[in-house]
Amino acid sequence: MPRLSAYRDFDWILLGFVLVLSIISVLEIKSATLHTKFHGFEQKQIGFLLVGLVLMFLISLIDYHRLIDIVHWAYGISIVSLVAVKLVGTKVLGARRWIKLPGGIHFQPSEWVKLILIVAVARYFWNLAGKELTWKDIWKAFALVCIPMALVLIQPDLGTSLTYVPILLCGLFLGGLRTKQAAILLLTFSLLGGVAWKSGKFLKPYQKARLTAFMDPDSDPKGSGYQIRQSLIAVGSGGVWGKGNNQGTQTQGDFLPIPYTDFIFAAFCEEHGFVGAVGVLLLYFLILMRLIQNAQTASDLPGAFIVMGVVAVIVFQIAVNIGMVVGLMPVTGIPLPLMSYGGSSILFTFLSLGIVMNVRMRRFVN
Amino acid sequence: MELTPSSELLGSQNREEKLSPGKLHATQYIVALVLAVLLVGLWRLQIVSADGYRVLAEANRIRKVPVLAPRGRLFDREGRLLVDNYPSVSCYILREQVKDLSIDLPLIAQGLHLTVDQIQATLRRFQSAPKYQPIPLKQDITPDEQAFIEAHRNELPELQTLDEQRRLYPRDGFAAHLIGYVGEVSEQMLDNDSRYAFYQPGDVVGRSGVEQTYDALLRGKDGSRDVIVNSHGKEVGALGQELAVPGQDLKLTIDLDIQMAAEKALEGKIGAIVAMDPHTGEILALASRPTFDPNQFSVRLTKSYWNEILNNPDHPLLNKATQAQLAPGSTFKIIMSVAGLQEGVAQSMHVMCNGGADFYGHFYACDKHHGMVDINNAIPWSCDTFYYNLANRLGIDTIARYATSLGFSQRTGIDLPDETSGTMPSTAWKLKTQHEKWFAGEVISVGIGQGAVTATPIQLARALGGVASGGVLHRPHVVFPDEVPPDQLSAIHDTFPGSGEKTIELSPENWQIISDAMAATTVTGTAAASHLEGIDFAGKTGTAQVMSHDALARSGGGHKTVPNAWFVGMAPRRNPDIVVTVLWQNGNWGANSAKLGAQVIDAFVEKQRKRANNIRIAEMPAPTPAPLSPTPGSPPVTPATKPAAE
Repeated sequence: MPRLSAYRDFDWILLGFVLVLSIISVLEIKSATLHTKFHGFEQKQIGFLLVGLVLMFLISLIDYHRLIDIVHWAYGISIVSLVAVKLVGTKVLGARRWIKLPGGIHFQPSEWVKLILIVAVARYFWNLAGKELTWKDIWKAFALVCIPMALVLIQPDLGTSLTYVPILLCGLFLGGLRTKQAAILLLTFSLLGGVAWKSGKFLKPYQKARLTAFMDPDSDPKGSGYQIRQSLIAVGSGGVWGKGNNQGTQTQGDFLPIPYTDFIFAAFCEEHGFVGAVGVLLLYFLILMRLIQNAQTASDLPGAFIVMGVVAVIVFQIAVNIGMVVGLMPVTGIPLPLMSYGGSSILFTFLSLGIVMNVRMRRFVN
Repeated sequence: MELTPSSELLGSQNREEKLSPGKLHATQYIVALVLAVLLVGLWRLQIVSADGYRVLAEANRIRKVPVLAPRGRLFDREGRLLVDNYPSVSCYILREQVKDLSIDLPLIAQGLHLTVDQIQATLRRFQSAPKYQPIPLKQDITPDEQAFIEAHRNELPELQTLDEQRRLYPRDGFAAHLIGYVGEVSEQMLDNDSRYAFYQPGDVVGRSGVEQTYDALLRGKDGSRDVIVNSHGKEVGALGQELAVPGQDLKLTIDLDIQMAAEKALEGKIGAIVAMDPHTGEILALASRPTFDPNQFSVRLTKSYWNEILNNPDHPLLNKATQAQLAPGSTFKIIMSVAGLQEGVAQSMHVMCNGGADFYGHFYACDKHHGMVDINNAIPWSCDTFYYNLANRLGIDTIARYATSLGFSQRTGIDLPDETSGTMPSTAWKLKTQHEKWFAGEVISVGIGQGAVTATPIQLARALGGVASGGVLHRPHVVFPDEVPPDQLSAIHDTFPGSGEKTIELSPENWQIISDAMAATTVTGTAAASHLEGIDFAGKTGTAQVMSHDALARSGGGHKTVPNAWFVGMAPRRNPDIVVTVLWQNGNWGANSAKLGAQVIDAFVEKQRKRANNIRIAEMPAPTPAPLSPTPGSPPVTPATKPAAE
């Protein structure tokens, strides 16, 4: 147990930014579900946030070194749970992503696997610290991330499985991957990716259609391009100042798809305009910079790796989600951290922030 | 971008236990870059293209729903309702709503009791219409079909219902030719008729009768509502609306009681009756037989009913009162009399009738041996011999001059569509149409309204009524002119040209001779059987052969060879209040038609007497919806062309 005084080192400023964003999220969820059967989701979101805050404090109590010590067990369990999802999971909209637990709780293992992977990757590269990465080291790192990733991909859940990629990339980048190795990897994967795309065996047609629709949403405005087109209309029609809270015609008229989860930023942009959107981006910028600063001040390498893993995942999700909303990225179903409605997403974010706090609180401990 | 690293860390730590600051700085730049790219994306949408997206957002949520104007109702001259509207629901299809309509067609067909082929035919008809325009799929749908559309709102968002007002006409084809009917505007009308320049395919317009002539007044102006819809097409609110301007109600000059008498008189016959007030040209009754049911036309016309109409040899759609051009027979003798008297010839003519006379080597028969005949008994006896001689004395061009001045070979200008003009032969006419010289002998038949002379019942009513009114002729009309705005009225007069208002010279002595002779017709003359006691009833019968004696002998008889029976009657004899023309095709004797005319005159006089005694006139019961019997499986047809005039 840390000294109580360690909470002086708890990152209250970071928490402040996070809470501001959470309040914005709750208000926008309320607006986006106003006339739908999902009315009242903002209250559930508040519940998730409170649980998240508690978990954040709880996880900050446990020394992250202890977490690193037991991560191989957690990793094993997560592989088992992912297999279990595939076998006994609840099927929703054609994908098995959830396990139904007693008490009506739906548990989505793939979100937690993200957290475990961050710690596992930190531990892996910590062990390799100081030496040059060999090809064998690199392949092992790939295996570490790609096994759970493949299990999530076949659920199928392309979006979540993609969020594991930045964890690996971040580890490789910070772990000492040389430029030459990076170039070879990049070349190989572009080739493999190209072949895989052409063969059509790895992605379902609807996934492919979604991935390409963002380049020309008007080619099939009622089909694969519908979501992205409605999102662009929502964001664009918001203009400088937005249409006002609860006033977004795209959001309120149910034109914008799932405006409380994946497209919440589009709903927000429609109702609060460019000014509001810049404000949210600024908050994200401050949060991320604060996180990177925490990585700099970490007392040891694994702590820094963990923090940077969290940064990588959050940046990736922001880039892919907002990129999707403004038509720069395909529709992948990745939620926007701290904004999108959803228990698993909120709890993951707060737990990962809790680990960051954990690292920060122990920055003077050797 | 770079944040100042906390200085407190630098110092004791193992170098390998720290991440390289360079890589952390690189990460900061990457994060900043990513956010900057997103910012540019937002800028592009919300600042640069905001206006365009605003338009798209509005187009998404606002739908223009037409509010159809109820058509103006029609009343008789005493304000009794003739044509009403009843509320009805139509089903429209919105092609914009779905990507592939063809998948839904079987379900739609089943629910609306149509066939897939019928729906496809409808869609094809509207292929060139703009995508956003709703296509009328089925009119006057049943409550069952409405429930089907309501229940399938999510699966079939392309179906939409619209409240409409539908026409309700009197039953059994009552005054059908006068009133007309409504139907969808045809492509032909849209393309070729400037009156329909601003109409849209699918618009309901008057297709005949008053409905057609006064369409611009009756139709009103459709409004629209801007409604807010959600992505399922469900109405969640309304913005503004442009109110529909209901069509103008019109008061017809028709008198229901007289119309009923005319309809009754014609029952089971082929022909027409038209009654007019010669003081003004107001049509008091206009009936034509066979008739048709306009209610069948106002909803989708079924193929079987349309075939029935088309295959009827007596042309039910033809308004025989204004379109049947037939030899007027002896009714033409009034025109002959006017010509003869005005020319100063007939006064002194005394002709010995021995059942006919020879002219130019031919024997022309009269139906009786009238003995010595002058103008005073030539009319009531309808002596052909007298008029053969008169025609021979006058010559064709003098006769034609008088006949033309009385409106022959011109339309009267009645405000009903497709009036025909009839024919008045003359030397110039023959040269022009047949490139032949006029033979002097041809004038003999013209003298008794045979030969090349043809006229319509309305022409005869106007001409003979005009003569009895001392030579004042009016433009016949079925709608009171003061009901119509002046610019509309002159437009209607331009569209329906005719001889219109006119006064011809007729000296009072001649006027007296002719009208007294016509009065004698119903007392001692050819229409004596139709004498109306106590009524100053005058008239002239006509029995017009439908073929020459030679042709008749060859044909071997048959109903269609029986002569047409004409009668033009009026009351009182001078300055009459009513003039009636009766055409009974194949009615054999003018005296038969005179009986029908007498019924109409009787109804008119009876009514005037009741009014004088202040007795209430029976109200006609309001029309009730005619039973509609759409034949399932037979595609609706639109009347493309009207049958040619007889």
